[in-house]
Amino acid sequence: MGKTLFDKIWDAHVVSSKEGFPDVLYIDTHFIHEVTSPQAFDGLRKAGRKVLRPNKTVATADHNVPTWEQHLPIKEELSRFQVETLAKNCKEFGIKFYGLGHPYQGIVHIIGPELGITRPGGTYVCGDSHTSTHGAFGAIAFGIGTSQVEQVLATQCLLQSRPKRMKIEVNGKLQFGVGAKDIILYIISQITAAGGTGYAVEYAGDTIRSLSMEGRMTVCNMSIEMGARCGLIAPDETTFNYVKGREFAPKGEEWDKALAYWETLYSDEDAQFDKILSFRAEDIEPMITYGTNPGMGIGVTQHVPATKDIDATEQLSYANSLKYMGLTDDQLMLGKEIDYVFIGSCTNARIEDLRQVAKFLKGRKKADNVTVWVVPGSKQVEQQAIAEGLDKVFEAAGISLREPGCSACLAMNEDKIPAGKYCVSTSNRNFEGRQGPNSRTFLASPLTAAAAAVTGRITDIRELLQEEELVG
Amino acid sequence: MTKIFKHVQSTVVPLPIENIDTDQIIPARFLKATTREGFGNNLFRDWRYDNQENPKDFVLNHPTYSGKILVAGKNFGCGSSREHAAWAIVDYGFDVVVSSFFADIFKGNALNNGLLPVQVSDTFLAKIFEAVFADPLTIIDVDLEKQEITIASTGEQESFEINAYKKACLINGYDDIDYILSHKAEIEAFEER
Repeated sequence: MGKTLFDKIWDAHVVSSKEGFPDVLYIDTHFIHEVTSPQAFDGLRKAGRKVLRPNKTVATADHNVPTWEQHLPIKEELSRFQVETLAKNCKEFGIKFYGLGHPYQGIVHIIGPELGITRPGGTYVCGDSHTSTHGAFGAIAFGIGTSQVEQVLATQCLLQSRPKRMKIEVNGKLQFGVGAKDIILYIISQITAAGGTGYAVEYAGDTIRSLSMEGRMTVCNMSIEMGARCGLIAPDETTFNYVKGREFAPKGEEWDKALAYWETLYSDEDAQFDKILSFRAEDIEPMITYGTNPGMGIGVTQHVPATKDIDATEQLSYANSLKYMGLTDDQLMLGKEIDYVFIGSCTNARIEDLRQVAKFLKGRKKADNVTVWVVPGSKQVEQQAIAEGLDKVFEAAGISLREPGCSACLAMNEDKIPAGKYCVSTSNRNFEGRQGPNSRTFLASPLTAAAAAVTGRITDIRELLQEEELVG
Repeated sequence: MTKIFKHVQSTVVPLPIENIDTDQIIPARFLKATTREGFGNNLFRDWRYDNQENPKDFVLNHPTYSGKILVAGKNFGCGSSREHAAWAIVDYGFDVVVSSFFADIFKGNALNNGLLPVQVSDTFLAKIFEAVFADPLTIIDVDLEKQEITIASTGEQESFEINAYKKACLINGYDDIDYILSHKAEIEAFEER
């Protein structure tokens, strides 16, 4: 019987498999950042253990860092201490660290791919749930807790039970104004925030195949928002072309050897999945979330579902969620006034996202009553944006291009949405208080966020654009 | 090191809300510590206190409910992988979380910190809530060795699943790293491939 893509990669990384025990899985690259690693290094020190393979861990500072005047010392004391602790730990244990000011610094899930560290067929973990992003290359990648960070540092392996396999197919032609972010928000709205729990999800179908690497990363990034262990997409020419020539990508003969292997990475025709779901691209509108988990999303032209139509056991939680958001049953989302727009995060802060937003903003201005933050995903994205003059386009629209970091996605730095205010955000979570205590988040695509920046309201991007504006 | 866990009998704290994410369990702004201690003070911070630090109407502020077992609605612990969520629950004084569904990463983090996630059916979860709301002194008995959870007053019981290896770790205080390092030769052989 044939194998799924997931099983091919998993089997190639099993160090030990014993009945009744989780597998010992070899990890190709371990990414770490300042927030979920200090306790792991402490654990190593307490137990007198070393990092087994220091050259297989890559560190950066992203969660806590300011996105303005990064050349100055971090003002917030605890954040500064956490970033300094990471630098110290990396030095002590011999780990490569891309700290503030380094040309490779950035959000951990943006720098891995752009440096050619993330490759087809690999295994990647990080103390961050959005590690699923790296699966876009046809890799197994997932988030882990700090005890497991310690485990990987000490052993370069992870104890892990094999999840079930799900295939999600999307076929057909996307409507204009609809992109990768809308696809994944739509899927989660259909299967709920828990619908993928226990599964490794392979995304397939011609719509997925037509996406750029950036789009595929956006899709895989939010796999965790339906509870999935990880998400992955079989590598193809799009993948190989993206990886080729990057800083740490294989070169010369190594490349040829790697490519020959990567070309075997797909689910066999007769591979068995535990679950298969299919969606039609034509059914997907530009999406917006209205509630407090990423499964609570609808097409931007639709009305908020009424509490009475929700499953009886969940009505209380649902009503609380609408109350938190200041929305009512059957409310139309279009036209809802907003206060902030955040374009950034590991979901949507790659160069393609910034290009798309700049293209739309050219010749337009942000609404006076809206604060807009555009935060590039990495130093390289920032430099590329400046080289292409995107910063000037943003400036003309009344918006400053900030410096790289996780920023308002989780508001650990100064970029917080004030209590009660509404933010249209290209990030991945609309949980209560996620963007600052009592903040209210509407998740959307970069284009829908940019449209809201211009009008100051939730807007259907298709009303502002002619189709030809988006092409090319 | 994993703490040793076998059997808990306790009153419970009921939290009948679905999809409780780890941002609610411990908001991101409290993740700046570099040690594992002290997170209990900020457990469910924004549900417990308002912006002026005044206690809100929330079950942890309610003297009626206390105990070593937290009982919550389905899909508990979704969202961020922050282990700080498990640390906060343990630090506050809970030994067990009962729900009808757990998010994967949270479940793993809990088990790595001696916090037992007990997954029960929707029906049994409803029975626990019913019993506790009728009588806040209701005792719930969680027996890890037998893998059974019992509502003491009614004797209603359900068995629960747990990975055999993780069960042995909890009962004996085993450490995952020691287990993996016992495969050092295999790890090195793998790297030679």
